[in-house]
Amino acid sequence: MAAFLFRRLMQSALILLGVSFITFVLLYVLPADPVRQIAGRAATAQTVENIRQQLGLDQPFVVQYGRYLLALVQGDLGRSYLQKTEVVDLILSRLPATLLLMMAGISAELVLGLSMGIAAALMRGRLGDQVLMMMSFVTVSAPQFVVSLLMLYVFAVKLGWFPIGGYGTAAHLVLPALTLGILGSGWYSRMMRSSMIEVLRADYIRTARAKGLGRARVVLRHALPNAVLPIIAMIGIDIGIFMGGIVVVESVFGWPGIGQLAWQAIQRVDIPIIMGVTLVSALAIVIGNLLADLIAPFIDPRIRLR
Amino acid sequence: MTKWLASTALVLTLALPAMAQDYTPDPNAKAGGSITVTYKDDVATLDPAIGYDWQNWSMIKSLFDGMMDYVPGTTELRPGLAESYDISPDGLVYTFKLRAGVKFHNGRAMTADDVKYSLDRVTNPETQSPGAGFFAAIAGFDAAGAGGLSGVEVVDPLTVRITLSRPDATFLHVMALNFASVVPKEAVDAAGADFGKMPVGTGAFKLADWTLGQRLVFEKNADYWRAGVPYLVQVVFEVGQEPVVALLRLQNGEVDVPGDGIPPAKFMEVMADPAQAARVVQGGQLHTGYITLNVTQAPFDKLEVRKAVNMAINKDRITQIINGRAVPATQPLPPTMPGYTEGYAGYAYDIDGAKALLAQAGLADGFETDLYVMNTDPNPRIAQAIQQDLAAIGVKANIQSLAQANVIEAGGAGNAPMIWSGGMAWIADFPDPSNFYGPILGCAGAGEGGWNWSKFCDAALDAKATAADSLSDPARAADRLALWSEVYTGVMEQAPWVPVFNEERYTMKSERMGGDDALYVDPVSIPVNYDYVYVK
Repeated sequence: MAAFLFRRLMQSALILLGVSFITFVLLYVLPADPVRQIAGRAATAQTVENIRQQLGLDQPFVVQYGRYLLALVQGDLGRSYLQKTEVVDLILSRLPATLLLMMAGISAELVLGLSMGIAAALMRGRLGDQVLMMMSFVTVSAPQFVVSLLMLYVFAVKLGWFPIGGYGTAAHLVLPALTLGILGSGWYSRMMRSSMIEVLRADYIRTARAKGLGRARVVLRHALPNAVLPIIAMIGIDIGIFMGGIVVVESVFGWPGIGQLAWQAIQRVDIPIIMGVTLVSALAIVIGNLLADLIAPFIDPRIRLR
Repeated sequence: MTKWLASTALVLTLALPAMAQDYTPDPNAKAGGSITVTYKDDVATLDPAIGYDWQNWSMIKSLFDGMMDYVPGTTELRPGLAESYDISPDGLVYTFKLRAGVKFHNGRAMTADDVKYSLDRVTNPETQSPGAGFFAAIAGFDAAGAGGLSGVEVVDPLTVRITLSRPDATFLHVMALNFASVVPKEAVDAAGADFGKMPVGTGAFKLADWTLGQRLVFEKNADYWRAGVPYLVQVVFEVGQEPVVALLRLQNGEVDVPGDGIPPAKFMEVMADPAQAARVVQGGQLHTGYITLNVTQAPFDKLEVRKAVNMAINKDRITQIINGRAVPATQPLPPTMPGYTEGYAGYAYDIDGAKALLAQAGLADGFETDLYVMNTDPNPRIAQAIQQDLAAIGVKANIQSLAQANVIEAGGAGNAPMIWSGGMAWIADFPDPSNFYGPILGCAGAGEGGWNWSKFCDAALDAKATAADSLSDPARAADRLALWSEVYTGVMEQAPWVPVFNEERYTMKSERMGGDDALYVDPVSIPVNYDYVYVK
């Protein structure tokens, strides 16, 4: 276990290093000069050169990347070029909002996805199954921006059940979390359905039914814990998809998370923020996968971490 | 004081307090109330030496003051922290007499030392101010650094004398820019690089709270030196709000001014509803949208080709694409800008004439070129309209739709044969015709990385522009504007641009917002002038 953890942590560090390198290269070769963005349209050539020197952007790539890494290991993500604020502060101020939305969103996905998957598996081949699978197909392919706006319009503007965007109370959380839940539930319901169908065919299920246990008890106590196993691994992967998809939902609902921050930074070529958010997102994905691996043996004793 | 009197005794007093043209307070205005303004993007910074986007520009204006200011809702200069000013006959020495009893938000009295410190700071390369270049006319600018500007002298605690190295008729406008705001040294030193998050000025409002990524709260400065204003007790800026959502919230009574304006997709719907349209204020804007034609590249090095392109563009149709939120343009200056040439027709839409000119240039069969455009709506749609117009005269334009920063880069490097300026178009820094020339049409901006994307450089026009800006005697303002009018018609004869349209501004407000309409389309405070609007 300890050896496994050590090896995985080393791997994670390498992955993060790789991510930092690739992102840095991509931003370096970008045909847009961050110094021009900072200097503004009225700047003289002299001003532009001054800023370039002060930011060290006149240095060769290796020096720039080396300096970035050196600061990074000290926990310094640099200062935003345009906001002039420490990137660490910008991310930390927004991270709680994103984590909260992520947890609520994944919970919503699971509740919706799993129950739809179970219901579809139990109704396999019948109309209910087809309707549910059709729905999962629609939600997976639906454009996030449109669904978010639709949810906002119907439940906040028309019905007035929830605030029109914003952050702060539990009521603010419901709509964005539900939107993420609906959009992501399709993956889970499809996976849950096939996993459940497989488990329902297993011998021990037939045994349980033969013992005379009720249908509900068989499904919930015997089938579900076994069918849900592959789903656990999927949550770890889902965090990655989530970090990408949360940008749109955060924008529409005015949710002050890091997705919003990243989107703005990309438009303004604010490299330190783009780097910082990319690294933090990569970290979240790495941690998510690691946790999924660590939890697996507790659910399925056949899995051993070596 | 005596020193000041002695020096002023020698100079001709050219301009004195502009009391006559100052603002008449609204008799219906009520003090009190709080309004909510929304924005999609985070506020970048509130440091007046750094902030240079249309979102933080008006916010900084309400937190800080410079020596000069504008009459609310107009482009007329009026004294700000300066009570009066003198200009020497040669136009080189400006002596500003400061108001007594002005206090910073931290309670300390503002003095001439603060004025000098602020100008030294903004021009110091260490500050990385995007506005440093505006102060280039001040003596000692080229040597500016930790030592400060030699051209800015403190005469006494309430008098500052600024010496220029060359006459600059726009200098008073420059002193009204946010970059010339007066800041207290001790607050800047204490905050260091975070001054933009903890601003301290002399303005009508002070920053009470800033929750990163969520909201900023401006609170009324009870000690504000201008009597009677601001009316509002509080302005709350909520950031991270999509314009479409902001509009829904406004309709629901939760928002007073959507800072990003009416979303284009909703514009027709809003204007078709009389109740909503009544709450939209329309006004001019110091903006021109244009197509640059790179005069250093074939075939745009030929004047006939540039004229032909000017004649081929159907500006009325492009204006329709943006729901008529603009007026077709004939020249670089927008109609609300002093120096605009009334009655100048420019190049009329004439396909046959355009074809004839192309034939004259030996390109009767047309040619192929690239049209660069920023990739956000409505710009790609406008580019398609331009593409179709050009196809009608046999020119095949390939659209290169890129992110803003990439288009600016290509334009600066001189790689782009044609650029549609939408999303990056010039909006004046100050209401003076010179501001539309130097960086975007003059030789100064034509170098590598400059904003003159046509790379147009005409020495005779540059000389005329310099001559115009040397006429700093306010009595000759009319002569100066006439010269500028000649410069811009001269530019049009060479046709390095196709001026397409001048955007109009549409500010939407909630029903409870009060104040003159002009305050909601204030030329220098976008979206509104926070110091003078009120809640009914």
